[in-house]
Amino acid sequence: MSDEPIIQIKNVSKIFGGTVKAVDEVNLEVKRGEFFALLGPSGCGKTTLLRMLAGFEVPTHGQVIVDGQDMSKVQPNKRPINMVFQSYAVFPHMSVEQNVAYGLKMDRRPAKEIRERVAEALELVKLGGYGKRMPDEMSGGQRQRVALARALVKRPSVLLLDEPLSALDAKLREAMQLELVRLQKTVGITFVIVTHDQSEALSMANRIAVMNAGTVQQVAPPTTLYEQPANRFVADFIGKINMIEGDAVAAGDGQVKVTAPVIGEVTLAGTATGKVALAVRPEKIFVSETKPTDPAVIAVKGKVGEVAYFGSYSNVFFDIGLPAPLQADISNVSSDIEEIIFTAGEEYWVYWRKSDTLVLG
Amino acid sequence: MSIFSRNPDPIGPLDYARRFWLRAIVAVTLFFLYAPIVGLIVFSFNDSRRNIVWRGFTTDYYVKLFNNEALMLAFGNSLTIALFTTLFSTVLGALTAYVLWRYRFPGKAIYEGGMALPIVIPEICMGVAMMVFFARIGWPSGMPWPLNLSAITIAHIAFSFPFAAIVIRARLESFNRELAECARDLGANEYRVFRDIVVPHMKPGLIAGALLAFTLSLDDFVITFFTSGPDTVTFPVKIYSMVRFSVTPEVNAASTVLILLTLVVTAFALRMQNRNNMIGNAAH
Repeated sequence: MSDEPIIQIKNVSKIFGGTVKAVDEVNLEVKRGEFFALLGPSGCGKTTLLRMLAGFEVPTHGQVIVDGQDMSKVQPNKRPINMVFQSYAVFPHMSVEQNVAYGLKMDRRPAKEIRERVAEALELVKLGGYGKRMPDEMSGGQRQRVALARALVKRPSVLLLDEPLSALDAKLREAMQLELVRLQKTVGITFVIVTHDQSEALSMANRIAVMNAGTVQQVAPPTTLYEQPANRFVADFIGKINMIEGDAVAAGDGQVKVTAPVIGEVTLAGTATGKVALAVRPEKIFVSETKPTDPAVIAVKGKVGEVAYFGSYSNVFFDIGLPAPLQADISNVSSDIEEIIFTAGEEYWVYWRKSDTLVLG
Repeated sequence: MSIFSRNPDPIGPLDYARRFWLRAIVAVTLFFLYAPIVGLIVFSFNDSRRNIVWRGFTTDYYVKLFNNEALMLAFGNSLTIALFTTLFSTVLGALTAYVLWRYRFPGKAIYEGGMALPIVIPEICMGVAMMVFFARIGWPSGMPWPLNLSAITIAHIAFSFPFAAIVIRARLESFNRELAECARDLGANEYRVFRDIVVPHMKPGLIAGALLAFTLSLDDFVITFFTSGPDTVTFPVKIYSMVRFSVTPEVNAASTVLILLTLVVTAFALRMQNRNNMIGNAAH
């Protein structure tokens, strides 16, 4: 395996109708054998980017390089890339076997080889013995497996998946997430998945590109994305986060001095200066009845507002004297109800570690 | 029971079948729709030349019908024309529908409207136009069979293929374009996508379009009347000329045969379509 990335997207833009910039100067690299996710809200350009990889859209400018070859203008049927469509697109008038065999037939493989590879692919997606079924005799989950087998049987260098789990019910979706990860490890093919569901991307992908308004906001592994978001959009899009507006000046040594209402002046690790947001995830916030003395934390007084009980944790909104309340996910570590219950109006000290505080530009 | 007691079984809000006026409308509609047809069929077995009063059952007129050489010739002509019309209309209609569905081109809306013209133009005008047109360009007449039917066939194709195109176009609206993209993705070129994926989806539309073209052509009188010559008489035109002398049970018998033929073809087409729909609808 070479270290050369399997997909290189270089300065790619796609402009629809002369004005609508669906994808705006995107640069991306996908490594060989990686499970890569394109994540973003609807209309962020992730699907357009995927369609450019598949060949259904031609970049307005820029290059799409797959396996060292410029594919920007190559027809979809001539690319070493296969796709699992959002609707699965299982051919309704063909049996499962015929569906899976279709791509190999187009490649004019010998009949014997087609038979063997189809059987193997069906086995891989746990549909062995279903070959003679018609698509209308199968459930949505099974049809998706047919679509997967049909794409994988061609042994593409890259498999594209367009919102593959969006049409499944919650339970099946979770099972299929694990299944896709297992499948990707088994076949070793690079997977590129498009999704708007962050939990899907976080749980499956090795690396995620977060997109917004046609541009890539951050490319990072799930943990980095969650713990060290590059900007406000990523921080806000992935998970929940509290943001307190403030002003920052450089303090040298990779640190900034931030002044914010209620919190006052605090020196934190970071590089952004000027108008910034102090950001902290709700699960990193603790409560105490007495003022914490640890100098490594930021502590403010908060009055309990709304409380939502989720069993393993409670989502509590504290009024800390700012326009936006501070939300904290308090783990319900005790089974003593008295101890874990929050009542509106109660006052607590709310605190979190300085090292858990992000300074976002 | 006092007169103030409620009707023990009042007509419910959805009990349409129990409302008098609705029943009356349905009855009258069915009567005017089917009574003439039933009468026609019944009187084809009437043992009377003048065919006004019932004089007993006979199948003589069917025997006579099949021995009537001129009528059989007209029947053969009609079937031949209908067959060619069906074939060409379906293919042309399918291609037209595909182009309109698949591609965008300048003047598409105008073309789409123009294509539907034969449907809205009064048939008599189409007939006259066709007659004048074939005379003007000097379309050869007196050719050997079946070439002598070419003018009628061309006229029939011209007015029936838009019907086929509209039906097939409607069917294509329900096509999931991802199916075509998926086939492309799996290595098919445009032609294979059309052949392997689009045509199978079109099939119910193709059958419906073919059926429309067949029946339109088989029973067309007006346009045929203007484009046919003395040696190219079709079944409806022949029946018309027979009626001008007298309405004999033979005319009834001929009409009954035509009805039967249409019914058989329609039933066959519907059967095929149902089977296809069952497969097609499973896609989503």
